[in-house]
Amino acid sequence: MLTSFLGVLFDGIASGCLLFLISVGLSVTMGMMNFLNLAHGAFAMLGGYLCLMAMTRYGAPFLATLPLAMAACGIVGALFERLLFRPMYRAGHLNQVLLTFGLVLMSIAAATFVWGPEQQPIRLPPFLTGQVKAFGAEFGTYRLFLVALVVVLTLLMVFFVENTRFGAQVRAAVDNSQASEGLGINVDRVFSVTFALGSALAGLGGALGIDVLGLDPTFPLKYLVYFLLVVTVGGARGIKGPLLAALILGVFDIVGKYYVPEVGAFIIYAVMVALLLAFPSGLFGRRT
Amino acid sequence: MKQVAARIFLPPPAPPLPDGRWNRYEIVFWLLPIAGFFVFPGYHVFGSQIIIAALFAVSLDLILGYARIISLGHAAYFGIGAYTAALLAKNGWNESISGLILAGAAAAILGFLTSFLVVRGQDLTRLMVTLGIGIMLYEAANRASSITGGVDGLGGYTMARLLGIFPFDLGGDTAYVYSVAVLAALFWISRRIVNSPFGLSLRGIREGEQRMPAIGASVTRKLVVIYTGASAMAGLAGGLLAQTTQFVSIETLGINRSADAVIMLIIGGTGRLYGALVGAGVFMILQNYLAGINPVYWQFWLGLLLVLVVLFARGGLLGGLTTLIQRLGQRSS
Amino acid sequence: MSAALRTEHLTKAFGPFVANSDITVTIENGARHALIGPNGAGKTTFINLLTGYLRPTSGEIYLGPQPVTGLSQHARVKMGMTRTFQITSLFPGLTVLESVVMAVCERTDRGGAWWRATAAETSAIDEARAILATLHLEHCAGIVARNLPYGRQRLLEIALALATRPTLLLLDEPAAGIPSAEGAELLGVISGLPRDMTIVFIEHDMNLVFRFAERITVLVRGTVFAEGTPEEIAVDREVKEVYLGESLNV
Repeated sequence: MLTSFLGVLFDGIASGCLLFLISVGLSVTMGMMNFLNLAHGAFAMLGGYLCLMAMTRYGAPFLATLPLAMAACGIVGALFERLLFRPMYRAGHLNQVLLTFGLVLMSIAAATFVWGPEQQPIRLPPFLTGQVKAFGAEFGTYRLFLVALVVVLTLLMVFFVENTRFGAQVRAAVDNSQASEGLGINVDRVFSVTFALGSALAGLGGALGIDVLGLDPTFPLKYLVYFLLVVTVGGARGIKGPLLAALILGVFDIVGKYYVPEVGAFIIYAVMVALLLAFPSGLFGRRT
Repeated sequence: MKQVAARIFLPPPAPPLPDGRWNRYEIVFWLLPIAGFFVFPGYHVFGSQIIIAALFAVSLDLILGYARIISLGHAAYFGIGAYTAALLAKNGWNESISGLILAGAAAAILGFLTSFLVVRGQDLTRLMVTLGIGIMLYEAANRASSITGGVDGLGGYTMARLLGIFPFDLGGDTAYVYSVAVLAALFWISRRIVNSPFGLSLRGIREGEQRMPAIGASVTRKLVVIYTGASAMAGLAGGLLAQTTQFVSIETLGINRSADAVIMLIIGGTGRLYGALVGAGVFMILQNYLAGINPVYWQFWLGLLLVLVVLFARGGLLGGLTTLIQRLGQRSS
Repeated sequence: MSAALRTEHLTKAFGPFVANSDITVTIENGARHALIGPNGAGKTTFINLLTGYLRPTSGEIYLGPQPVTGLSQHARVKMGMTRTFQITSLFPGLTVLESVVMAVCERTDRGGAWWRATAAETSAIDEARAILATLHLEHCAGIVARNLPYGRQRLLEIALALATRPTLLLLDEPAAGIPSAEGAELLGVISGLPRDMTIVFIEHDMNLVFRFAERITVLVRGTVFAEGTPEEIAVDREVKEVYLGESLNV
């Protein structure tokens, strides 16, 4: 009983890690420029499809497709930010929601057109499949790989943000973009780069998530609520908040669906409502 | 001394305080649904659909266009109204008007209870909460399929003659007139609301929510009131659908329905009431023709339309029309 | 007869940063009381605490005999305390007349009337026009607030406050950003306010302060540094050092 619970718990953690990877970019950019971006999931979807295309059409090995997906999504993200989103920063939340929602619809339609509406299967390299036995329970190898990768990336992110000059600029811009400009920080550039990085991470998450979350054209809408939940509950401010929120959500989601499938979906929303009522500005958020 | 004829661009004159009088454009506008009954005899069923969508869009405009509550879950109240009316009829209560009122009441209760969650917090929180409510309700309807019919929908009931006289026939004549009457009545009420001091305070909330408490206004109370009212109206629209089509699909609760209404408002122009009507008409007609050809294309072009409207034509059709009329007026003066 | 406004050990801390520390002041009825201090002294925080925008970490606030520390912002306005904002906070899309009519309706509890058209609220409209007239804004009645020149926006800020018929008016840098020459109009308006209205104002323009204030409280780093009449403050050497600068001759 306990061992299967451990297994389910670990699944939840893995799912949470994936959620975090995809959502952290959204969280930071939301905190920085107060830009409500519903289309963030589309970058994850793009990463997933690019990874698949590289594998099936060009025979690239799975691990090699990951940096490819990241780079492509980063570039696309930077383009979108520069051309489409930047004029919208002062346009108000409603207009941002509408614009990005339109983009979501376009991306879903485009994905359906190019790749068809079905769920995409993925053949993972053999060394990532199977189980690892530990503490009397079985843990999926792939999910172990996921968690390990996310841990490494998170440590890198934290190091980057705390110890590099650019990281300091990011922190300053999140805290107070106007004052940062006054200090001579090129906030536009900081934001472009951050947005690109966030999109790259989302693309990576999308590619990594094919096996865990699935991939079909409705991905951006299907998981939109989860990404927004991570940002809202985690507080759009840094890295710790969304990480904790993503882990909580991942665990409750998987554990809920496993043990009480009749009410599985409700658990998430009940948890969300409870957390939002208790922390209106998110777990680590501030009052904007 | 040279006379320099300068073209001074004056900002457009601000409208005077609303006095509730109907201008001639409005009167002409309301002749359209009446004319439509006679000009398009084979399209009464489709016409009812447009009217019902328009009513739902108006209810959304009250909270989104006037009070600026970002909601992607307004269909929850539409669906509750629809299921209430359908379940009443299925269990023997198939008198239309009282059923409709009960449907609105049910939606109002749900709206009131959820309003406290929605008025707390800022835009992102409201988006999340409204999305969450919609999704939870959808799931609930799915699970309770013994009552709601789940994804198969709820049918198998008929409505008694409207007012005891007019049967709900397949041609949709009764349905159309019934829908137009309900829309007209609720639109009239909405129009009085937005032209009133309360409506002015809603616009105050939209323009400066932080400033309102500083002039002594309780923002929470006003938002609870309008959210409940808008939910009731959405429920009435849902009830209308249930009664006129004698079938309720689970999609009445879905996010697509909520999103469609938002898109209708954007196309027509938010915060104008008439924008909701125009937007609903344009959307439904376009959808009927284009989605029929290829649903994927429809979705793409709809998304693109949304993006373009937000980037270049933020007031929607009516906003563009107003600007055009003002520019023409200035050029000729 | 209790004082118009009284605070007791009012403190506001944001984590480790203490913006207001143990502030105890008494403002008498009908006072013309200035609150001055260097930037970052916590003056606006103090106003935010008084009006209920912020909750104090500790301390009490009394409006007349009534404790108001736990009341909401709008409840305090209904009790007679109104503020204006340092950074102009108007309703950008509403016209000048609409803004003031709305404020009047809120005061007369017509803000919830949803059946009558706004144009039918003749008493509110007349009162709004009268307020605009006293502030020389009648010509701007139909202009939307975002199109107003800055000086007129500052006057509209005051118009909104007057519409609530405050007994205690808190002005947060009313002349902010207005060149000294135009400030005269604003000063004329403020001088013309009823004598029984208590006015507390934050200002950096020392001319305005010394012309208009009958009592001055100096706030430095979140605490009350000095308090007294303008004459006393003007010669206070410590105040001069910390804030006014030696060269000021008053």
